[in-house]
Amino acid sequence: MKSFKSALIAAAVASVAAGAVTSAQADTELVVVSWGGAYSASQQGAYHDPYMAANSGVTIVNDDSSNAAVAKLRAMNEAGNVTWDLVDVVAADAIRLCDEGLAEIIDHDKVLAPAPDGTPASEDFGDLIVSECFIPQIVYSTTFGYRTDMVSSTPTSVCDVFDLAKFPGKRALEKNPINNMEWALLCDGVAPDQVYEVLGTPAGVEKALAKLGTIKDNVVWWTKGAQTPQLLADGEVVMGSTYNGRLFSVIEEEKQPIAMLWDWQVFDLDGWIVPTGTKNKAAVMEYLRFATDTQRLADQAKFISYGPARKSSAPLVGKHATLGIDMAPHMPTDPANSKTTLLYNYEFWADNRDDIDERFQSWLLQ
Amino acid sequence: MQNSASAAIVTADGQPLKVSLARALRRQRMFALALVAPLFIFVAISFIIPIADMLFRSVENGIVEEILPQTVKALESWDETSGELPDEAVFAAMVADLKVARKERTNTKVGQRLNYERSGMSSLFRGAGRKAGRIKEAPYKEQLIKSDKDWGKIVTWQVIKQFSPNLTPGYYLASVDAMQTPEGEIRFEDSEKAIHTKLFIRTMIMSVVITLMTLLLGFPIAYLIATQPAKIGNLLIILVLLPFWTSLLVRTTSWIALLQQQGVINDILVFIGIISDDGRLTMIHNATGSVIAMTHILLPFMVLPLYSVMKTVPPTYMRAATSLGAHPWPAFWKVYFPNTVPGIGAGAILVFILAIGYYITPELVGGTSGTFISNRIAFHIQNSLNWGLAAALGAVLLVIVLVFYLLYDKIVGIDNMKLG
Repeated sequence: MKSFKSALIAAAVASVAAGAVTSAQADTELVVVSWGGAYSASQQGAYHDPYMAANSGVTIVNDDSSNAAVAKLRAMNEAGNVTWDLVDVVAADAIRLCDEGLAEIIDHDKVLAPAPDGTPASEDFGDLIVSECFIPQIVYSTTFGYRTDMVSSTPTSVCDVFDLAKFPGKRALEKNPINNMEWALLCDGVAPDQVYEVLGTPAGVEKALAKLGTIKDNVVWWTKGAQTPQLLADGEVVMGSTYNGRLFSVIEEEKQPIAMLWDWQVFDLDGWIVPTGTKNKAAVMEYLRFATDTQRLADQAKFISYGPARKSSAPLVGKHATLGIDMAPHMPTDPANSKTTLLYNYEFWADNRDDIDERFQSWLLQ
Repeated sequence: MQNSASAAIVTADGQPLKVSLARALRRQRMFALALVAPLFIFVAISFIIPIADMLFRSVENGIVEEILPQTVKALESWDETSGELPDEAVFAAMVADLKVARKERTNTKVGQRLNYERSGMSSLFRGAGRKAGRIKEAPYKEQLIKSDKDWGKIVTWQVIKQFSPNLTPGYYLASVDAMQTPEGEIRFEDSEKAIHTKLFIRTMIMSVVITLMTLLLGFPIAYLIATQPAKIGNLLIILVLLPFWTSLLVRTTSWIALLQQQGVINDILVFIGIISDDGRLTMIHNATGSVIAMTHILLPFMVLPLYSVMKTVPPTYMRAATSLGAHPWPAFWKVYFPNTVPGIGAGAILVFILAIGYYITPELVGGTSGTFISNRIAFHIQNSLNWGLAAALGAVLLVIVLVFYLLYDKIVGIDNMKLG
């Protein structure tokens, strides 16, 4: 009730503000919605600043609303006034927005630049175009970090998370069935290629919950990606899952005694969608062509340890902009890190999320 | 009789006095109305309309008929309890509807809606938009089932038929952990899988606990402020208000820093030897954390009404009671306390109603045992986009608050409430 109202109010306020601005100046102002923090900063450095330097008529305004983007876009659409021009969302949300008709369908080869060698965009991105509305930007992963000074031996497998005897202490897991259920089943002896088959049955869901139940009393459940790095830094938990970029910054930038556990990291994608009803469609498309080309995607990896979504960008990934360390070994896609991986199963979760989430949440209450 | 008498009196400009008076009164009334109008319009737009809209959303279900009009019509003649699939005409209607929906990009929308009722509908309809386009002629039934075997399941059609009316009780049933089977009977979820009723009860209990805690802590503070000289009293009031002006997130996060296992309080307790290093207390990410943080955040809402009421209780009452021979405690309990009841009532109802709708603080410090029903509502608004269910949960919460309000009115009496 509260958040619905605030979403409406925010939409109303934003629309008034945007209206005032566009009428006051002839230049184009693009409202780009993203995640804020280090992630928005990496986009600012790799995309926004160079673009604004080359196009003096365009001003890019950041709006850090991506975690509530789906609900807000729907509210804006119902109110008939979409004030956003470009929205950064995870692939699952992009699929949902596309399903709801809230995102524009993109002709990837027409809108996006080809690779330097002429490979069309749709081939360069390949399978990562998981929805006809989605323009992939980065590959990130949800994986574990652990306190090097609080474990007696080095954890090497995701199943160590479930091993309280070998690694006593608390763990941080996301308060959400996605990923946790997969890891639980993998560690309960289900073959990797059968995980979703098993999880698709009520018995499989109970099996996963039973496995999670073995550590339930020792779990701190997080809802925001910044929580796990904080919990690890405070020594509240011994190990915890979060996005790999968050762990990179707490390990390399803040020099905390934390290390990565890449085993069975879950790849996911993040990228752009153009909201249906944007008032600056032509300008947005022009910006997108620039911001998603091979060099720009590679540039983003200078600021944050997420892998570029284009195949052609991978060889161009260099050193960190301020730390000067090689970024390639910190990428989730690096061969040494990606021996065992899962890819977020979009179709499975689109179908089963409501049901499994309901069961998962009621299990948490028990 | 009176009419004929008053008709005789006229004003200076020859109008009958009664007409003239009535006109003046009407003008006054219009003026008063015009003064109130902005407020009235504001309340209507910002309060009444959103609530009405929310209540409507919780039963609204026009989407299925809107997107699948021919199918809904064709399904009318199908008996969903017959145990047989619908006939060819229904499948033909579905294919026709899907072709239109594909063009308008609405097939996925109806799939999402039906997925709330049955897992798998989302991908069924997403795929069907594409596949139906390839079906050019009869037999539709055979080809549609070939494209996806779920079309050959009776339950798929039962769900579509069940949710084709424009109004549905489905969201309300879900909000109390129940569902309607295709045969029309209402079935409740097993108690261990029930989630909403459990959360509603927990929300009530924890809100009551938080209200009592704020009263327990707030009463002495308010008493202290009210009985001190103005100079000290004002300073204390500022101390009460200070956290009020600090961001909610900052206050919540500082509780995490204080209460966590490696936090300040545990460190101190270990240092002075009350607990061992292995026996650190778990005070956050559970119900205790929610209660502590929310008691702190809502405390001013209890202190302020209490203070303003206590301020109006003349100190002479207590002096009179003690001079008449009462011991301090009976004097306080029998004379002072009853005078503060209106303030307790106001503070309690404020804190309780605020607590019931809170979700940011429980989300951050509540773990699993300290979250409220509002966290679930926020989830359905922001993540699952099941606004119908969120609206139904909100409406149930609204009803519960109203019931509490009526109970309160019966027991304490709403006229006894005083904010100052």
